[in-house]
Amino acid sequence: MWAFKHKKKSHLRKEAEIPTASLGDIVFLLLIFFLVTTSMNPDKGLGLTLPPPGEEVKLTKDDVLSIYINSEGKILIGEEIVVLDKVKKNIKDRLRKNPKLVVSLITDVNARYNSMVDVLDEIKVSFIELRKENPDFKERISLATPVF
Amino acid sequence: MKVEQKQKGKARIPTASIADIVFLLLIFFMTVTVFKTHQGLRIELPAAKATKKIEKKRIIAHIWVDAQNNLNIDDMMVPLTQVAPIMKKKIIENPAIIVSIRADKRSKYGSVARILEELKSASALRVNFSTLTEGG
Repeated sequence: MWAFKHKKKSHLRKEAEIPTASLGDIVFLLLIFFLVTTSMNPDKGLGLTLPPPGEEVKLTKDDVLSIYINSEGKILIGEEIVVLDKVKKNIKDRLRKNPKLVVSLITDVNARYNSMVDVLDEIKVSFIELRKENPDFKERISLATPVF
Repeated sequence: MKVEQKQKGKARIPTASIADIVFLLLIFFMTVTVFKTHQGLRIELPAAKATKKIEKKRIIAHIWVDAQNNLNIDDMMVPLTQVAPIMKKKIIENPAIIVSIRADKRSKYGSVARILEELKSASALRVNFSTLTEGG
């Protein structure tokens, strides 16, 4: 009983305090750490979805636009040799005529990766620009499997 | 002669809320930070105008290809035959994974095409050719 009474009295004790003055400094340190470690250059690139293995889509010849890149980086669209600067215009003209066109990129195994990316970029840009004219435009790009 | 002193109250900036503001910033950076996990290979990426950001940073797997057509996944030099098994494992962990191919612009397309075939067989179908933004 006495002990109980005593405890009750202790209520009047000074409240326990946690010093918070240095909290800001600690948080600042953490902030600086995260500021320094954060890499602000995000992953970026040209996205593409591959077809599942074994899946073959039958297409009529008229609906495929084949773009060839040979080992020297020369570009062939359909039957004509095209310089890189003219690729976009060429593709866009053909796509306007036939919006169902699937662009098939056939790259030689010995071609440089850079020339393939350049052409893929031009294809992507043409689709982006066409979509500005007509939002329903679907991007159809296929990467042909080369013969190894 | 005595210069008359101005009797002004001291100017004060309230600092009590600094900790809260900094906390907010801290939480922002903590959530945004994704630690670089792998070093990769020394490569020069090609540039492209249609470069887009990958929104979901946390589900990206990287495959490096350098100018000598060496392959590297997660800081391990791997032969081509190992690509499919490694990617299969990653696909099981996260089916929505995006494979970012960081290939040197001088590498041969053949080595990239072979990786694509391996990825197809591992059903890692969302790929991204890593590029730099051309012309800013």
